[in-house]
Amino acid sequence: MLTLQILANGLVLGGLYACIASGFSLVWGVLNVINILHGSFIVLGGYLAYFAYVTAGVHPFLSILIAIPAFFVLGYALQRLMINRIIAAPVLLTLTLTFGLDLMLSNGMILAFTADFKKLVLDPPLGTIAFGAVVLPIDRLAAMLLALALTGMLYLILSRSRIGRAIVAVRMDREAAALMGVDVKRIYAATFGLGAMMAGASGPLLVMIFPISPLGGPAYLGKAFVICVLGGLGSVPGAMIGGLVLGVVESFGSLWFGPEHAITLSFSLLILMLLFRPHGLLGRKGYE
Amino acid sequence: MSALLELEGVTRRFGGLRALSNVTLSVPRGEVVGLIGPNGAGKTTLVNVITGVHPASAGTVRFAGEDITRRRPYQAARRGIARTFQIVQPFSGMTVLENVAAAAMFAGGIAYGDAANDEAMQHLRFVGLGEVAHQSAASLTLAMRKRLEFAKGLAMRPKLLLLDEVNAGLNLNEVEAALELIRAIAARGVTVLIIEHLMKVVLSLCSRIVVLHHGELIAAGAPQAIIEDPRVIEAYLGRRYSKAQAGADG
Amino acid sequence: MKRDATIAAALFALIALLPLAGEAYWMRLGTIVLMYGVLAMSWNFIGGMAGYPSFAVAAFFGLGAYTGAVAQKLGLPMGLAWAGAGLMALAFAVLLGLALLRLRGHYFAIASLVVAEVLRELVNAATGLTGGGMGLNLPIPTMASVDAQARFFFYAMFGLAALTFAATLATTYSKLGFGLRCIRQNESAADMLGVDTTFYKVSGFALSGVFVGMAGAVYASWVYYIEPPDVFDVLFSVKAIVMVLLGGAGSVFGPLIGAALFLGLEELVWRNYLEVHTGVLGLMIVVLVLFLPKGLLSLSQRFGHWRPMG
Repeated sequence: MLTLQILANGLVLGGLYACIASGFSLVWGVLNVINILHGSFIVLGGYLAYFAYVTAGVHPFLSILIAIPAFFVLGYALQRLMINRIIAAPVLLTLTLTFGLDLMLSNGMILAFTADFKKLVLDPPLGTIAFGAVVLPIDRLAAMLLALALTGMLYLILSRSRIGRAIVAVRMDREAAALMGVDVKRIYAATFGLGAMMAGASGPLLVMIFPISPLGGPAYLGKAFVICVLGGLGSVPGAMIGGLVLGVVESFGSLWFGPEHAITLSFSLLILMLLFRPHGLLGRKGYE
Repeated sequence: MSALLELEGVTRRFGGLRALSNVTLSVPRGEVVGLIGPNGAGKTTLVNVITGVHPASAGTVRFAGEDITRRRPYQAARRGIARTFQIVQPFSGMTVLENVAAAAMFAGGIAYGDAANDEAMQHLRFVGLGEVAHQSAASLTLAMRKRLEFAKGLAMRPKLLLLDEVNAGLNLNEVEAALELIRAIAARGVTVLIIEHLMKVVLSLCSRIVVLHHGELIAAGAPQAIIEDPRVIEAYLGRRYSKAQAGADG
Repeated sequence: MKRDATIAAALFALIALLPLAGEAYWMRLGTIVLMYGVLAMSWNFIGGMAGYPSFAVAAFFGLGAYTGAVAQKLGLPMGLAWAGAGLMALAFAVLLGLALLRLRGHYFAIASLVVAEVLRELVNAATGLTGGGMGLNLPIPTMASVDAQARFFFYAMFGLAALTFAATLATTYSKLGFGLRCIRQNESAADMLGVDTTFYKVSGFALSGVFVGMAGAVYASWVYYIEPPDVFDVLFSVKAIVMVLLGGAGSVFGPLIGAALFLGLEELVWRNYLEVHTGVLGLMIVVLVLFLPKGLLSLSQRFGHWRPMG
């Protein structure tokens, strides 16, 4: 049945989307910073995985393991050194700052990798697998499962680890958390690091499925926005739900309107949500 | 003579919580009415509903005979309802004068420019802040900020002034000064509804008192009657005390 | 206000003399500076005065460009096409403002940013009217000489900039401007004081759109070929914001000065570091935000109400 196939495609896509959005949502929900760099981090992770595979045969799944600590450190440093200086500033300044940083990063990537699209094609290819009438490419399925694993890992960090609990505490009430002895600056940096980590780690997954280019950041960023508005800010389950919804919407939208209108569709959805349900489908209040 | 402010069956729900239940009261023209009740009774919510910050879930609010239940805050302001805030927040990026001029312009209907500035200076002098007119509002002490609230309220040329805990955080002298100011304002013919915790203030200022408890109006009347009303005592001090009191009297 | 007006008159008189310098390069640069001056001053109405972080400049610019272009293709003379573009942008800004200005902070910023993207896609798709992705050719202006043409467009932008400046001046020293400032300080308090916040915000937003729309139309006539990604470029929004930050938000001369400074710097970079152009632009933005968020003109002036987190 075609509908089932499209639905399955959408869910697989949604799992990936949940992963890229969860880090973004966390940073926005906890620091009240919209990280324009998020999309470019994803692209950067993808490029690194691509070149690792093409030049040294490093499997993208392995690249993920490398990306995790590397991007965490990058994000931590970036936040600590730059973003933290204006953390209490109006929305405008933080947005503009991360925009400027993103311009630098994408220019850097163009110089380093050229503006060509690159896609990581596994050799030998993994083939497809069938579940009844639904056929799914194994690489996409594997990517989705890994994405879900990453998202699950983030969820566990937030709910079980000390630093995760501290992050949640800061999100709920920064002053109270500080009074409890939480070093808010370190937590902000760690949160941003986690966000960068999620982005960088999803890059290798995405580059196996979609071609990437240095200017592709904004597209992923746009999806992350929509997912946050759909699912509500600062919660992993919210990003999960938002991601799945967006995946399914895009899948059916591609069928009905054509894939070139996917972006317009998701942005129109975004605007509708902002106008009528800005706190997400779950009704959770985020930051303004 | 009809009352200036009339509430009928006003209810306000926040989700499942009833902040106000079926409140009916009236504030006669030219009087100073006190609104008291334990913490969480819904006093500030009542003021919010009157001014249009929160719409009433049920009931009507009538001001000078006009139904203003569905009106937005700026409309209430222009019709002559001014309010002060418990937590005082002036426009900190503007001068004291500009703060009051804003009130004069937008609610008081005075023209932009010299007219509004002159009006503002008048009110500032009335409350004793004439000297600091050109300072930044952020530089004022708490007591001065409270007086700035008064000046703003007056600049709005109100018929009804809603004072929300104006004495919170003030020492005894400052409270005395505030009392004098309120008396002077009432003497000008402004009707005042004052939310207050300090019984001394309420008793010395108000000709009528209404009592709110858990969002319900439990008593209304002359000050002396109110403080002896067993329901009021129970609300503040609990059933056992009220019973003990009744037992001691009876 | 009189003092500002006098200074402005002198400043604009000086700028008007630029074409006498002769070189086409300076006139081209001057035209661009004036154009961005319009963009910056326009953003100032909603972003500087009212404090709403709007990224909608790109949307208004693109809309104006295409409206003007299509109008000209349909036979309208330039002047009318530009006016029409302004009206279109005005109407759009009012409708958009009514829809979006209920949102605050990040949500408003993102929604305003997304609008440009959606418009771009719509224009892309409407190939019959706009030529879609293949772009739109405008009637080529027929003037006495290349120089005369350059001068014509310089003065067109000059007139628009002067108009925008006059609007800035009038608004700043009026009840509207005062109301917008109150809204920026504390919107709910302003509401309680009798400010019809919706009306004022939408007015500010409308002002932020009308002149930008006209600038887009003039730009389209000037370059006589436009494509959706050129005119719906989010960089228009970002640069306008950065220019106002540089010169001092909310002030009368700040946006114009910021535009001149920023573009001066950018010209230096363009000429010398083409490959890293966007990177250096990004660096400029980063440095500006980190070290000079209050702008050069008003280093002591408080930039609005800094809300602490949470």
